[in-house]
Amino acid sequence: MEQFQSGKDYVAGDDLLQAVNIAMALQKPLLIKGEPGTGKTVLAQAIADFFGKELLVWNIKSTTKAESGLYVYDVVQRLYDSQLGVNGVDQIERYVRLGTLGQAFSSEQQVVLLIDEIDKADLEFPNDLLWELDRMEFHISETGKTVAAKHRPVVIITSNAEKELPDAFLRRCVFHYIEFPDRDLMEQIIRAHYPELDNQLLQQALKIFYQIRNLNGLQKKPGTSEVLDWICALQISGAELDLKKNPLPFTGVLLKKNEDLNTLAKNFQGA
Amino acid sequence: MFLSLFYLLRANGLSISPNEWITLHEGLRMGLHASTLTGFYRLCKAIVIHSETNYDKFDQVFLEYFNRKDEQPELSKELLFWLNHPELSENGREGPPESTAISRDLIDRLFTKRLQDQKDEHNGGKRWIGTSGYTTYGNQGKKSGGIRVGGEAVHGSAYRIVGERRYRDWHGDNALDARQFQVAFRRLRQLTAEFRGLNDEMDVEATVRKTCESGGILKIEPARPRKNTIKVVLFIDSGGSMETYQSLCSMLFQSVQKAGNFKELKIYYFHNVLRKNVYLDPTCDWRSGISLDSILNQLAPEYRVIFVGDAIMTPEELLSGKRGAAGPVPDGCGLQNFLRLKKKYSHIIWLHPQPRPLEHNYFTKTFEVLDSYFDMYPLTVDGLTCGIKKLVANQ
Repeated sequence: MEQFQSGKDYVAGDDLLQAVNIAMALQKPLLIKGEPGTGKTVLAQAIADFFGKELLVWNIKSTTKAESGLYVYDVVQRLYDSQLGVNGVDQIERYVRLGTLGQAFSSEQQVVLLIDEIDKADLEFPNDLLWELDRMEFHISETGKTVAAKHRPVVIITSNAEKELPDAFLRRCVFHYIEFPDRDLMEQIIRAHYPELDNQLLQQALKIFYQIRNLNGLQKKPGTSEVLDWICALQISGAELDLKKNPLPFTGVLLKKNEDLNTLAKNFQGA
Repeated sequence: MFLSLFYLLRANGLSISPNEWITLHEGLRMGLHASTLTGFYRLCKAIVIHSETNYDKFDQVFLEYFNRKDEQPELSKELLFWLNHPELSENGREGPPESTAISRDLIDRLFTKRLQDQKDEHNGGKRWIGTSGYTTYGNQGKKSGGIRVGGEAVHGSAYRIVGERRYRDWHGDNALDARQFQVAFRRLRQLTAEFRGLNDEMDVEATVRKTCESGGILKIEPARPRKNTIKVVLFIDSGGSMETYQSLCSMLFQSVQKAGNFKELKIYYFHNVLRKNVYLDPTCDWRSGISLDSILNQLAPEYRVIFVGDAIMTPEELLSGKRGAAGPVPDGCGLQNFLRLKKKYSHIIWLHPQPRPLEHNYFTKTFEVLDSYFDMYPLTVDGLTCGIKKLVANQ
């Protein structure tokens, strides 16, 4: 089987790459945790692109129920149809719509399924999916049919650690925590996004960025996506990163909280 | 394969199941480790570790395992029997341990040699592997920084642990983690189910479903509002002997707020006994004081009351009051306020963070007294579950 590697647009550390390959070989879901902005969600897209597979995204919200990912029985549509005398009202299958998980199972091709921010949902949510993710099949009670995966999808699950996940669920996953990239890896990541970036600007920006990240008392540290936005802003505006001459530009892109901006102002001369 | 690594990881508090270990071997068979140590390390980490908080511990154990050339030595049953002296665990705590002057290399070599030569039980000595001795191997000894063989940790200074009992944590009586707390509190609910007067709310889902079922003829289903009607008040003992259980109590505090969608939730703090005032603040600062009388007036009898405390204090604090008062409970004593609550609220439990005291002595007297008035449960998975059943039950 082909091994997942860093692509043109997505640069990842070796350990993350291996975790992806382990999960794919063992056909287990890959649970990804990490600071916000370390590219958890983008990973699924990168895997899909690399292997040329379709990406299905199931965004989890606090109200999401496990069943809605499997299928929804649209009773209201059936009611309308019956009153208007549409043909086929007696065929329940017509009114069973597959959810994201259901689509992933029934797809003719292997797909990449991203279950994004699983910790947003109810405490019991992961438990409700144990069987389905393990066996990759579920039963539709209305039609009496079983949907079994034709090709086990590559399942990527992300979590922001808002809630603890149940043990039984964790045991079924391959786990990887994305460390914040060190300077070398970050340089590669930025290069992948902005190949024509001036080297001097890049080095200066990185130096200042890691200084800001290491400030004490930041409530929300800037992540990879913030530094990419910041460099984009610097590049477009042509602003100079000379702290002796000018205050630090576009700090609002890096830091999103008032308190953090104050901390920065206190610690950075001229910022 | 690598079974001793499996047990070493488990001995260090990483709860890994055989299932995961089998998965690891499946991965090895598929060559996912790419025949390198780093590859094996990453494979192992991805499969058996499920939280970044355990990464550090895993790294240490992994390093320890692969830096050490010899495997865990097999200990004979006799040796483990000789070393099994749990009754000594109190003695070992007397005074600070002496740190050892000899190198770990030498300790390892001496230990291996003694393992081969030892024929009898030796305790309190200076040469053989035994308990309460002066060597750097054995358990309950006077030297720190050696090899613990069997037994229980006293100073927690051993650099290597051999022959640990493996089945220690099998019963479900471990202290709770935050998630289990929340799950337990979820059980504390009483849903309104019956109709109360007017059916002024329509259950849209059920109406649609019923209508469909009857082939399109409209059937209206009234809603049965299902809301948790439970009201909860927590009294938490704070300060003094409770300091030890601070993290457990703060976990309880957070879980009860996160998990329980109770109709009302009040939390008050007290120190040892309920006095004239209780406090909104865990420091029991007088500025956050509220009189107990006003709380008793405000909170209706349907409130569920949970006390959290070790119930350990000097007996005088709980029982002394004005002399000559009628009845077994002296007037104005600390117990009296507890009993006022017991009289008003029919659903009361007491959660104690420490294990149940096994013997009678001066310090456990207050626990026994309170135990005779309240239903006491240990603050563990099983204890909390039982306690919550008690709170929900109709009396």
